[in-house]
Amino acid sequence: MLSVQNLNVKFNTRKGLVEAVRDISFNLKKGEILGIVGESGSGKSVTSYALMRILDNTGLIRANKMIYSGIDLDNASEKLMMDIRGREVSMIFQNPRTSLNPIRKIGVQIEDVLRRHSRATRYNAKQKAIEALRAVKIKDPENRYYSYPYQLSGGMCQRVVCAIALACDPKLLIADEPTTGLDITTQKAVMDLIKDLILSRNMSSIFITHDLGLASEYCDRIIVMKDGSIVEKGVTKNIFTYPKHPYTQKLVNATPRPEKNIRSLLPPQVKNHEVKHVIQDHTILEVKNLSKLYKGQFGSIQAVKSISFKIKKGECVGLVGESGCGKSTTSAILSRLIDASEGQIFFDKKDISMLPSKNFSKNPIRSHIQMVFQDPTESLNPRYTAKQSISDPLKNLTNMNNDEINTKVIEASNLVGLPLNLLDRLPHQLSGGQKARVGIARAIALSPKLLILDEPTASLDVSIQAVILNLLVDLRAKLGMSYLFVSHDLNVVQLLCDYIIVMKEGVIIEQGKSNQIISNPKESYTRLLLEASPKPPKLPNVP
Amino acid sequence: MKNKFPKLHAALFRSVQSIPVLIGVVVISFLLTRALPGDPAVYFAGAAADEQSINEIRIAMGLDKTLYEQFFVYVNNLMQGNLGTSLSTGQPVLNDLIKRLPASLELTILSLILSSLISIPLGILAATRPDSWIDHLCRFLVTAGVSLPTFFTGILLIYIFYYILGLSPSPIGRLDFMYIEPNLVTGFYLIDAAISNDWETWIGATKQLILPSVTLSLFTLAPIARMTRASMLTILSSEFVRTAKAAGLSNGKVLFSYALRNALLPIITTLGMVFSFALGANVLVEKVFAWPGIGSYAVEALIVSDYAAVQGFVLSMAIMFVILNLLIDLIYMIIDPRIGFESK
Amino acid sequence: MIISSSINNIKESKFINHFISILKENPITFLAFLMLFFFMITAILGPYLVPYDPLETNAKIALQPPSIEHLFGTDNLGRDVFSRVIVATRLDLTISVLAVLISFIIGSFLGTLAGYWGGWLDIFLSRILDTIMAFPLFVLAMGIVAALGNTIENIIYATAIINIPFYARLVRAEVNIRREASFVHAAKMAGNSEFKILAIHIFPNTLPPMMVQVSLNLGWAILNAAGLSFIGLGVRPPTPEWGIMVAEGANFIISGEWWLALFPGLWLMLAVLTFNLLGDGLRDIFDPRKRA
Repeated sequence: MLSVQNLNVKFNTRKGLVEAVRDISFNLKKGEILGIVGESGSGKSVTSYALMRILDNTGLIRANKMIYSGIDLDNASEKLMMDIRGREVSMIFQNPRTSLNPIRKIGVQIEDVLRRHSRATRYNAKQKAIEALRAVKIKDPENRYYSYPYQLSGGMCQRVVCAIALACDPKLLIADEPTTGLDITTQKAVMDLIKDLILSRNMSSIFITHDLGLASEYCDRIIVMKDGSIVEKGVTKNIFTYPKHPYTQKLVNATPRPEKNIRSLLPPQVKNHEVKHVIQDHTILEVKNLSKLYKGQFGSIQAVKSISFKIKKGECVGLVGESGCGKSTTSAILSRLIDASEGQIFFDKKDISMLPSKNFSKNPIRSHIQMVFQDPTESLNPRYTAKQSISDPLKNLTNMNNDEINTKVIEASNLVGLPLNLLDRLPHQLSGGQKARVGIARAIALSPKLLILDEPTASLDVSIQAVILNLLVDLRAKLGMSYLFVSHDLNVVQLLCDYIIVMKEGVIIEQGKSNQIISNPKESYTRLLLEASPKPPKLPNVP
Repeated sequence: MKNKFPKLHAALFRSVQSIPVLIGVVVISFLLTRALPGDPAVYFAGAAADEQSINEIRIAMGLDKTLYEQFFVYVNNLMQGNLGTSLSTGQPVLNDLIKRLPASLELTILSLILSSLISIPLGILAATRPDSWIDHLCRFLVTAGVSLPTFFTGILLIYIFYYILGLSPSPIGRLDFMYIEPNLVTGFYLIDAAISNDWETWIGATKQLILPSVTLSLFTLAPIARMTRASMLTILSSEFVRTAKAAGLSNGKVLFSYALRNALLPIITTLGMVFSFALGANVLVEKVFAWPGIGSYAVEALIVSDYAAVQGFVLSMAIMFVILNLLIDLIYMIIDPRIGFESK
Repeated sequence: MIISSSINNIKESKFINHFISILKENPITFLAFLMLFFFMITAILGPYLVPYDPLETNAKIALQPPSIEHLFGTDNLGRDVFSRVIVATRLDLTISVLAVLISFIIGSFLGTLAGYWGGWLDIFLSRILDTIMAFPLFVLAMGIVAALGNTIENIIYATAIINIPFYARLVRAEVNIRREASFVHAAKMAGNSEFKILAIHIFPNTLPPMMVQVSLNLGWAILNAAGLSFIGLGVRPPTPEWGIMVAEGANFIISGEWWLALFPGLWLMLAVLTFNLLGDGLRDIFDPRKRA
């Protein structure tokens, strides 16, 4: 029902014409779910914007054919396109909360679309809007009609967005990263809902994502894009079991999943043997009954409720949970950025919970506990060169002179694989992966004993994530560090960690050795998390 | 209360916040005018007075007491609506202000309406048609507008339209001397003349109003246009507008129900700020056009150290502004459904 | 040693290169800097280069329209308007630069403290700032100058005081935003003291948005000073200052002698325009993300 041939999209920027999509062609059958997978900059979103003709004024579309159900999308008048959008072809986007008008009742927003496409009159619009809400399984739709977006959770907002998109019974739904930023369980619920709706209405769908694993669970066919071109197309199973193009192979390898080990994330030619790390008996960190109470304008929130666990020297402990579970608060307390309300933290047998976080920067223990942050861009001072960022802890916490610091910086850069000529660059002149390396180099410059990693690869492309994860594994072995790895992604955690702690709403639901938690979880919540993680098809030849 | 009526709670909270500001305003205006040079007792007593009569007058005016005592007397008087007596007019300051306020308000309000009528549509058009001639015009107007000295533009306009073109009447105040003032109802000549069906006076008043209000509106045009354009640009590139477009909503619907309503919020706040600037620029415009408003009242009072009048002026301007800001914030709270619920 | 000094050289030439590239990219910024340069030269060298003594009166040649000998004509006391306009540059620019400098320093300091530490300090400061901002600015300036006296210093102080809240508010908001940014957390992890974090990490990053405010303020400050002089509260005659000259010239415009008021007003406008156009350029210069 959709036929695209030789689609080109260029953008007119100050620096000249930039090609975002180069000469791509593909078809979509009725009732099919097509996945477009690619990393950032691959042109996948631009393709869908071009189909809907909602590009900026600076975007130029050139296509041989761009035909939907016999309608030429490329040459259609804007008036025709406005009729098609919402009625024939609908689109849902990332960030459901910001996709809704914050000062307009959600029911009215649905009505707007219904009335625009003459699917309702003034008199029955409200009724139909309530029905639309019911169709996306929102509880109590009659009252929810009057809600504003800020009163809804992220998952509910995404359902409302779906309701708006499907209100007029379109034949094609384009979903652009609809679950990025949502919790894993919410992600599964939303994706299941979308799939149900698509199947029950006999719709076709284009599902755009960077997560190959997610695409494999919901899509019939997959298109892989890189730098604006299509590198491979095929049935989902084939893409995974017999990827032909080297880039596809790289992506498939890099997608974390249960049966892989960390080295197999990387392309075969890069591999050198993983150095096994040693877990000693000595406990480097012990947390006893840690609690954190936040007193707010609207009442107190108990972010962390009396949690206890241990980390042994050389061990990698994974802290897993969804948003609001308290894992970020815990990591902030352990890194001594904030104080606990109750409880004790023993680092190398010393109680550091007694030391107030305000003064901790002057304490010698500061250099033993370091942190790698989630967003590589935000965690670097925009005015500091890479060299300055890495040498910052050395300047403050050691007595080294400039030459010694320079040597140490070079050493750290080599350890993390950062090319030395990049040291004089500012953050905005570095790529995502390079910035991540700078952040890691800064953290290990002091050879800390405990490294806390707060979702360090969450904002990275999957191929770069593979590289960074392997780097972290190597560093752990070389420098004998212990890790606290905080993440929402169980697939990643089980690759890296020896011990897993599962948190929910401030308490530890379950903790234990990795392979036990994964293969034999005791608690139902843990099982829920495991089920919700996308599971790509098993490879026939797992090393 | 917080949970049952969050908006009411937020509104009350905001209103209560004005109180310390009002107190501060009263204190500052008191201090400022007590620091004015010149000894009012001497001035009031006259040129031929001797030490003793000056002293008697000083005691009668309460100037012999300590600063604290004077402050309490001052606040006491304020509560009773007594702002003192003007030295130059001999009338209670409150009466003077009330008599002259409508002239300033008529001018300011008319200018604000005029400049909003031009700048808001201009800003909207500039945002919806980026890089077009209208966008460039808007940006040019904004940059030039904030560079114009109000008094200079007033004088320039007088020169062009009165002296050279002869289109405008001479700038000697609200009404040329061949007209009689309309019956006093509101103090706003345009309204009063219309009420008494005195259309000749109405036209005369309008003619006098044109140049000064154009001068003042040129001044306020720039910040309103700039904020409108900026706010619209931000909203138009936001994700919910993208969703609306992707759902095929008509351009009109997107512009008015989705974009404009959301963009209005910061524009309203800007209007409050602009009103404050306008109150200040009023002083200058009134001087250029010999407008009998409270601005020129204050300038005359300053020159003769008429401290009660100056104090009354500063205080009343500040109070007007605080109340205006409170009103704007309350309007904001009504329009934006999120306020009162989101923790800051 | 060699490494660090060559690194310093690289830093300096980098800055100059960065500056030049900003100018090249943006023709309006280039124009603004040109105009700024012109005004600065006029301010510094003006008094030495003008053809006539700005204070010298000559009743015989009073009220003459612009001519070759008197480019901008003469005023009612026979003084050369051109010389007066040029000489006034120094005074007006000095007033605005000093006033903005004072308010920038005090405002940033207060705003940083309030934005970073919050709590009672923040509430207390915000109330005071609110009170200052409750007065229409010009009215407050009037009040301060009237109370303290008609001197140039007082104009500077009054202008500085009414501008402090703008900086304080802006800095407070920017510091608030950055306080929770992860690079600030990272700086804490790297052992920086709170003072260092504020001074080296947070504050310099608030400079780009502040620069726009600085340039706007420079313009306002000149308008303020001129406005005060216009109503008789600022500089006193016979000192040449743009506002006073417009005030004196206003009386003559009705009788057709336009040059007394027009030229000082025009110069005033151009100076303010220069500063307004500078805003974006200054911000780009201070923004590390604009470096190629």
